[in-house]
Amino acid sequence: MSQTWIILGATSTIARSFARLASDSGDGVLLAGRDIADMQATASDCAARGAPLAEVIAFDARDAASFSAILKRASDIDGTLSVAVFVGSMPTQDAMDADPSLIAGTVTDNFTGPAIFLTMIAPILEARGNGTVVGVGSVAGDRGRIGNYIYGAAKAGFHTYLSGLRNRMGRKGVHVMTVKPGTVDTAMTWGMEKLPFLAQPEKIAADILRGANGQKNILYTPLIWWPVMTVIRLIPERIFKKLQV
Amino acid sequence: MTWKTTDYCGWGRVHSAHGPLARPERASALATIAEKTPAPAVGMRRSYGDACLNDAGRMIDMTRMDRVLEFDPATGALHIEAGAQIGQILKIFAPKGWLPPVMPGTGFATVGGAIAMDVHGKNHHGAGSFGMHVTEITLMMPKGPKVVTPAKNSALFKATVGGLGQTGPIMSARLQMLRAKGDVMIVTERRVEAWNEFLALLDASEATYTVGWIDATARGDQLGRGILEEAETGAGLIPPAKRGKRIPFDAPDMALSPTVVRTFNAAYWRRVPDKGRTVVKHIDNFFFPLDKIHDWNRLYGKSGFHQFQCVVPIEAADDLRAMLERIAGSGLASPLAVLKRMGPGRAGYMSFPMEGYTLAVDFPNRAAARRLIGELEAATVVAGGRIYLAKDALAGPDTVRGMYPEFAAWSKTVQKADPDGHYMTDLVRRLKLRTA
Ligand SMILES: Cc1cc2nc3c(=O)[nH]c(=O)nc-3n(C[C@H](O)[C@H](O)[C@H](O)COP(=O)(O)OP(=O)(O)OC[C@H]3O[C@@H](n4cnc5c(N)ncnc54)[C@H](O)[C@@H]3O)c2cc1C
Ligand SMILES: NC(=O)c1ccc[n+]([C@@H]2O[C@H](COP(=O)([O-])OP(=O)(O)OC[C@H]3O[C@@H](n4cnc5c(N)ncnc54)[C@H](OP(=O)(O)O)[C@@H]3O)[C@@H](O)[C@H]2O)c1
Repeated sequence: MSQTWIILGATSTIARSFARLASDSGDGVLLAGRDIADMQATASDCAARGAPLAEVIAFDARDAASFSAILKRASDIDGTLSVAVFVGSMPTQDAMDADPSLIAGTVTDNFTGPAIFLTMIAPILEARGNGTVVGVGSVAGDRGRIGNYIYGAAKAGFHTYLSGLRNRMGRKGVHVMTVKPGTVDTAMTWGMEKLPFLAQPEKIAADILRGANGQKNILYTPLIWWPVMTVIRLIPERIFKKLQV
Repeated sequence: MTWKTTDYCGWGRVHSAHGPLARPERASALATIAEKTPAPAVGMRRSYGDACLNDAGRMIDMTRMDRVLEFDPATGALHIEAGAQIGQILKIFAPKGWLPPVMPGTGFATVGGAIAMDVHGKNHHGAGSFGMHVTEITLMMPKGPKVVTPAKNSALFKATVGGLGQTGPIMSARLQMLRAKGDVMIVTERRVEAWNEFLALLDASEATYTVGWIDATARGDQLGRGILEEAETGAGLIPPAKRGKRIPFDAPDMALSPTVVRTFNAAYWRRVPDKGRTVVKHIDNFFFPLDKIHDWNRLYGKSGFHQFQCVVPIEAADDLRAMLERIAGSGLASPLAVLKRMGPGRAGYMSFPMEGYTLAVDFPNRAAARRLIGELEAATVVAGGRIYLAKDALAGPDTVRGMYPEFAAWSKTVQKADPDGHYMTDLVRRLKLRTA
């Protein structure tokens, strides 16, 4: 049966790669985000590559009122429904320290916005008894670091939410996968210094699609981040607090 | 962030540049850059020399704008973002029975780069240059997008195709794709014993795709020996291409020493049986044989390499033969050497192609090779030919203008499109193409 991916944050670099790959393998895509004109270009690209459904719909993580139209459109799509969340924003720590009012938006973009959406769509997926939810978090959510801990905290919140959602939806036949990318060469990181193991978005997207097909629970991508973060997580707090990583 | 300050170089790794690069992913981002900080655009930097560099200035990397905007499966009309790579287009559309109309020897070249150099492929004798299949170009000018067609904006179109990016960033283009029988190539390979036979075979070839590999180390009776490849598209089942390998480090100079090259070339030539043979090749392997090895330019070591490519009119075939003789005598050539018959097809004022023969040979970047290339350039002028700016890294301002008879028309149109010289690149400055 055909599968359609609802892609939240479809203008993200990684999301674009993911939408392409999904289209290549014959899945449909419902692209949700803020920049409609840009998503239309991605939709044409997906259609040319073979997506049986390639549509665009407005989504703003900070405006929960925008969610119900997406749910309505999704309910009308036959077959397996899956959701992939790529929304996220990362103002610099300095910017947030200087203006703490930015924190709420960061938490909404990375955590509560997607969480509200997923909570609203969960019953629809559960009723169908299949499908996958992919949530893109970050290795930054594994430990609070001096340079990036508000973004990290929002991602950590999202990780924990996804873990609970997995626990809940797994029993209804819906698989939930948490993705923790390392540093990726995207619009978000362009021009930033010190990007260890920088990966291309195509690689991350391919890992995500493979992980989703293989029903992985937690995916570190590229894989090198799994041992790296395992070590970083194990460092005792009394030492970690003095480090600059 | 919009800008990333970095070092980058051309494919030959001889010239390099340092400066801020932007890499917009969507039209709105490109529009902002084009308005506030107009700068030349680049693609995959598969130009060998300095066409794709702007040292100390800004550049706009277009490679992330690479989506199919529209495709009509009935007619093969394609609208695509300029950062899309030719090899990607081939991959998407060959299974559907459509090919990019013209493909250069690397699938990594972008549509923007293919237009700005008006590239040619193995079908040039029949299909002409890339620009001849472009029906519309959208430039992102400081004031916003400008749609350019050959009918309505003839001068600007001709200044853009083959125009080295000097009319502004190409955001997208419409192309007419070519129908294909399938996504494999039926290739006939023939051993060619010497120069005269080679030209005769090239002249007589009726195949859609024809190209000659030439042993640029063979001398005397064997001068001009090589392999002629003639190909058509076909349908059939062959295994998918293997994943690419990468050259992980700069090779020592030894790797391409004269003895190694001579031995390699002789073996490569003998590989094809005496009576020739017909083989079925994967479409990528035929069009982009070198792309399987990523970063193969590192084989030439840290100092990099040059490609000399010229085209001379049919009547000047003997001049070309003399040039080959000089190359073979020098012992400096690498195994990468190509001889091809070109048709008259060209679409821009500064397009490289002319009816005649084109020869392309790689050389390691050494003083002797640079001297030889200088001599070959001078010989090209005498032969009434021209050198290819996508490959050139060494020529001076005096030689080039005379090779391009429509230079004045180009210059005038470019001056109008970019009066402040925002889109100048290192090549344009080296060859003084934008100075009166
Ligand atoms: C192995 C190999 C084989 C090749 N074989 C052939 C061949 O058979 N035939 C042939 O014709 N060429 C050939 N080439 C040359 C190559 O096709 C050209 O240099 C082509 O321009 C490369 O495309 P690019 O995207 O890398 O462009 P770049 O090298 O990045 O840029 C080339 C020029 O185009 C301009 N440009 C690029 N994108 C844009 C844009 N979006 N808007 C405006 N200007 C732009 C740049 O300013 C620059 O002047 C070969 C190169 C290699 C490495
Ligand atoms: N790049 C990395 O190194 C890296 C590492 C780990 C994790 N990640 C995560 O990977 C995901 C994708 O990021 P990316 O690297 O591809 O960067 P990106 O291109 O900047 O993508 C971020 C996306 O989030 C969207 N977005 C932000 N706020 C939104 C809102 N309120 N409503 C709707 N959409 C909103 C943006 O949409 P607009 O286009 O409308 O702005 C954009 O599409 C993010 O969750 C990011 O945190 C990235």
